[in-house]
Amino acid sequence: MSILIDEKTRVIVQGFTGDKATFHATEMIAYGTRVVGGVTPGKGGMTHLGLPVFNTVKEAVAATGAEASLAFVPPPFAADSLMEAADAGLKLVCTITDGIPAQDMMRVKRYLMRYPKDKRTMIVGPNCAGIISAGKAMLGIMPGNIYKRGPVGIVSRSGTLGYEAAAQMTELGIGITTSVGIGGDPINGSSFLDHMALFEQDPETHVVVMIGEIGGPQEAEASRWIKENMTKPVVGYVAGLTAPKGRRMGHAGAIISAEGDTAAEKAEIMKSYGLFVAPSASELGVTVARALASIKS
Amino acid sequence: MDIHEYQAKDLLAGFGVPIARGNVAYSADQAVYVATELGGWHWAVKAQVHSGGRGKAGGIKLCRTYGEVAQAAKDMLGKTLVTHQSGPEGKIVQRLYIEVAEPFDREIYLGFVLDRKAQRIRVIASAQGGMDIEEIAKSNPESIMQVQVEPAVGLQQFQARELAFGLGLNIKQVSRAVATIMGCYRAFRDLDATMVEINPLVVTKDNRMLALDAKMSFDDNALFRRPRISEMRDPAQEDPREAQANQHGLNYVGLAGDIGCIINGAGLAMATMDMIKHAGGEPANFLDVGGGASPERVAEAFRLVLSDKNVKAILVNIFAGINRCDWVAEGVIQAARGLKVPLIVRLAGTNVEAGEKIIQESGLPIISANTLADAATKAVAAAKG
Repeated sequence: MSILIDEKTRVIVQGFTGDKATFHATEMIAYGTRVVGGVTPGKGGMTHLGLPVFNTVKEAVAATGAEASLAFVPPPFAADSLMEAADAGLKLVCTITDGIPAQDMMRVKRYLMRYPKDKRTMIVGPNCAGIISAGKAMLGIMPGNIYKRGPVGIVSRSGTLGYEAAAQMTELGIGITTSVGIGGDPINGSSFLDHMALFEQDPETHVVVMIGEIGGPQEAEASRWIKENMTKPVVGYVAGLTAPKGRRMGHAGAIISAEGDTAAEKAEIMKSYGLFVAPSASELGVTVARALASIKS
Repeated sequence: MDIHEYQAKDLLAGFGVPIARGNVAYSADQAVYVATELGGWHWAVKAQVHSGGRGKAGGIKLCRTYGEVAQAAKDMLGKTLVTHQSGPEGKIVQRLYIEVAEPFDREIYLGFVLDRKAQRIRVIASAQGGMDIEEIAKSNPESIMQVQVEPAVGLQQFQARELAFGLGLNIKQVSRAVATIMGCYRAFRDLDATMVEINPLVVTKDNRMLALDAKMSFDDNALFRRPRISEMRDPAQEDPREAQANQHGLNYVGLAGDIGCIINGAGLAMATMDMIKHAGGEPANFLDVGGGASPERVAEAFRLVLSDKNVKAILVNIFAGINRCDWVAEGVIQAARGLKVPLIVRLAGTNVEAGEKIIQESGLPIISANTLADAATKAVAAAKG
């Protein structure tokens, strides 16, 4: 098993005919993802990469039975594309787009609330590397070859740090079920907690890695939930010990502006809730190995 | 993005927030001219810097004569103002704001922020204005009132009224406070702000509200649709290297250490800096070259990092996802020719073998590293010479 996507998930690409979308859709198909078409307003009826192009997400869903989408839409139009996907009934939308205004994301999150919980779209991202279920399907821009199948789930705000964790694990012979990038923005479509809950339900996932960074209350919230609800060991890491207060470290959301925002505070909270905290980024792999060993013994 | 007080006041006035009469000045002569034009008997001469805590640092002066205005302007212009918020390097004063000073009865705190937990705009008010909200939270936390804004309908009058009555204002003052709160909220929403702070908002002797100070920050991601805000950027208030990085689409933050960092991805960049610290060194900067680390971007990254004279070694750490290591390696060896400080390179991901081969065969004295820990240890050793 895996979470969110597998080889059966029918995927469409929003902004399908753009250069970046074309490149990554090709990679996704090569990885084994079941891409069934795409959406570019005004290009409906065309064929792209041998797949049908539609004007609207609703049309695409009606014609292909799509359940998930990857949105490659530029920042000014990104929020609109997410709401369109939600309204068309897609279960999952992943957006790579970096640079969506925070107030747009606030409106998107509010818009999703008009659907009952069991029909509500899960948004992954923005400003993330995407989702990969090792050996099954990829909805994103990550290098598929570094992921090997195994018993560990990864949730990370940072893309490259997620790769780093997977590579260290692969080096130790440890694989993954699914790796999810939730993105570096201040307002995420879905949080650490949302994906922890899914990994807890997934029988093949035995350990979960949570890779956080400075800024925002998400890591603390998820840690508290883990302590109260999670039966599986969780490895935690927070990047940004050397980050100065009040300075944005690349990601729009990576800024220390409130109490509890620093890496040290978050790592301390993780420890207090019983997570296995990796002392440094180079020890992510060995800490996962330690967490796995704790189940076997 | 931050703007100056006078710019924030100008924007807020457009949304009905009451401000005192004032104008900007770039010289002592202009300051005196502005004071004569404004009329009145008392003027505040205020240094325009992107930092709070100006009063205590000598950046605000109450003047009673034109001579005092001229003297205050001379004292402030061209000086670097170091406040408890500006960092030790301080901020240069190039502009002044001259404002008519009015007597007042009370000081109120009014703030609007983006609440990441609730994913909503949050309004904060306190009857204990005039000091930092952090100080109020410590000394008088029960005076802080907060309301959340429902994004679908926006801030409602009743919420503003609750705050106004909660501040202990009389009925004449309440309606004016409500107009001020609603005006700030509309400015926040319509201009894509991330922070609006009026501290203090004062109540004058004749029951009027007046925003005595105003601070606004904006969402960088929304500047594409706020050209008027973009134009308010003051590069003099920014670190010149950060401004330069910005122009090339790179993210750079200067720090006090001596190991220059060139990394792809913000998370990996922060983690690498932490590794340097872990290995006993100090990073000189944060620098994310982004997903597509093209040779041009790598070259620009080297220029930026080397413009910091404290840099004694450079650490390049690239985990190639979309891009390929061999391509990144080409960029690195081009940029590394003639380099006078040790260079440590760690490559991982797509085409790593080809990338490492290019580095080795370049004949340049580049120190290769296999892992994150190896890279950090070698960089710290190299910087210590």
